[in-house]
Amino acid sequence: MAHDDDGGTNAAAGSAIEKSEPPQASPGTAIVASDAIANPGLPPHRPRVTDLDPKKQKQAARRVSTLFLLSIVGSVFAIVAYIVFPIRPGVPSSIRLNTMFLGIGIALGLVSIGIGAIYWAKNLMSGEEMVESRHLTRGTVETRSRAVEIFQQANEESGFGRRTLIRNSLIGALVATPLPAIVLFRDLAPAANPVTLLEETMWKKGTRLTQDPFGTPIKAADVTLGSVFHVIPEGLDQVSDKLEEKAKSAVLLMRLLPQDLHPQPDRESWAYDGIVAYSKICTHVGCPVALYEQQTHHLLCPCHQSTFDVTNQCAVIFGPAKRPLPQLPITVDSEGYLIAQSGFHEPVGPSFWERS
Amino acid sequence: MGIRKTTRMAKNSSPSATAGRKANRRHPLATVALIVIGLVSTGGAYALFSSTASADTPAAVSGAASAAQGEKLFAANCATCHGMNAQGTSVGPSLYGVGAASVSFQVGTGRMPLAQQGPQAEQKPAQFTDAQVADLAAWVASLAPGPGIPDSKYLQGNGNSATGAELFRVNCAMCHNVAGAGGALTEGKFAPALTGVTAAHIYEAMVTGPQNMPVFNDANLTPSQKSDIITYLKYLDTNPSPGGIDLGNLGPVSEGLFIWIFGLGAVVGVTIWIAAKAN
Repeated sequence: MAHDDDGGTNAAAGSAIEKSEPPQASPGTAIVASDAIANPGLPPHRPRVTDLDPKKQKQAARRVSTLFLLSIVGSVFAIVAYIVFPIRPGVPSSIRLNTMFLGIGIALGLVSIGIGAIYWAKNLMSGEEMVESRHLTRGTVETRSRAVEIFQQANEESGFGRRTLIRNSLIGALVATPLPAIVLFRDLAPAANPVTLLEETMWKKGTRLTQDPFGTPIKAADVTLGSVFHVIPEGLDQVSDKLEEKAKSAVLLMRLLPQDLHPQPDRESWAYDGIVAYSKICTHVGCPVALYEQQTHHLLCPCHQSTFDVTNQCAVIFGPAKRPLPQLPITVDSEGYLIAQSGFHEPVGPSFWERS
Repeated sequence: MGIRKTTRMAKNSSPSATAGRKANRRHPLATVALIVIGLVSTGGAYALFSSTASADTPAAVSGAASAAQGEKLFAANCATCHGMNAQGTSVGPSLYGVGAASVSFQVGTGRMPLAQQGPQAEQKPAQFTDAQVADLAAWVASLAPGPGIPDSKYLQGNGNSATGAELFRVNCAMCHNVAGAGGALTEGKFAPALTGVTAAHIYEAMVTGPQNMPVFNDANLTPSQKSDIITYLKYLDTNPSPGGIDLGNLGPVSEGLFIWIFGLGAVVGVTIWIAAKAN
């Protein structure tokens, strides 16, 4: 704006107009014109020590070649280390030695080339600053018309536009090619209704509770106060999709003092003398909730710190989970083993679209 | 600018100033050397500290423990919170039925006597000798039946470490970390690291369920399965991580921090060096 006061000698024409009759020209443009920051250009060229001192130049050249020689040493070292420190079966520490020395050798081989090349470029290659202008994005008129001409000629010679039967059948063939892939990938979806699969687990009336991982049935008397058992349904080992079923059916079994439990009236019979079974699958995103604190009776999910209160039907007391963990109603059979009274009364695990 | 350049040129040409110039100006490879030294020394120091195994001697619990001696020790050191007859008070639980195993674990690892009230009793140097711990255990065990001192045949670490590892992953790893490095619980509580813990203390912890740890009785994990778990933990203690520095085995937290500081630091340093103009 200082220019405005200088008068009309060398100031931009815009500022003069702005002063005499403001509404005539766009005042914005005028101000930008006068205030535009001048292109500072390149900083003055500064010669490097290697440009001025031949001794320094020689020294730099020696350094670069030393780095390249060091790279050769590193590569050879890697080969030697691979032979000298082999991976011996059953000796974990041999893997560590092997990978460490191999890594050091290969890294030395690569990094020395890189550092050498950059050092070379910085100190010995021409240090003159230069500007390279961008070429225009749009081609010249001749180039453009020649391109159109080539396309027209190709169309003419191949008869692509003329022979419509060939053209249309080719388009049809191209459309049909990906169809087998669609059919194949469609089969990756669960064979049965996924909603049913998500809603049902292996638990049903009379299924024994067994220990993870060996499938030992659990007697109610074995579950002492403060105990926690990691439970899978009986027969999990026999099913073909063992991991899928385990991911839904995993249950945590805990014993508390019966007076510590506060079930709602219709769930009073779901526990057995203070022994309660809850789904181990978090209702947030399905991590196994198994960090049981036996004094506070809190169940903590390690993934996002959702915390469930076992004394209060596994209600959420902290964290992102929204629903309590589903409870598995349990009782004992005639032999004293813990069995399920029924399956879960609601789908286990995280929410899904069709969940009612 | 021009003046400064001429003085520097003059300095360059005078041979007496060569030494001073060398001392003042950084060597072109100084940045790289600094990064390399930093990385190597940090990693080396870490490896040194993390590989220092603690040479704990297993608690030698002899059969000659004296309950009478234990009662005196109890009255002098524990009765304030647990009551003169171990019946419990408003600040400490009753010890009827906790068994000798509980005493051996809690007192033997220094968790008891408690230094202060807090989220949980923390491990500290044991206050009593092994013989005194055995005396205390004998007296508490004489009050009411409870889990006893484990049989030494389960503590040798000669079980099946593969079975032990599977059982550890199912029953213990959610709190103690799959490599036994420990982990956080709620409200300031935590599951301690299991490195360097004696076999007897591991066994006793499983049997008694100290503090917020659940109980793993002999029906849940049989004594030989407990022995397998001990074998696995001893295997972890004696076999270094085959992948190199384990960074505490804490997973993405420590590994992410390491790569953020040292990996990105190295990238920034190298970028600055590449972009800087040569002298």
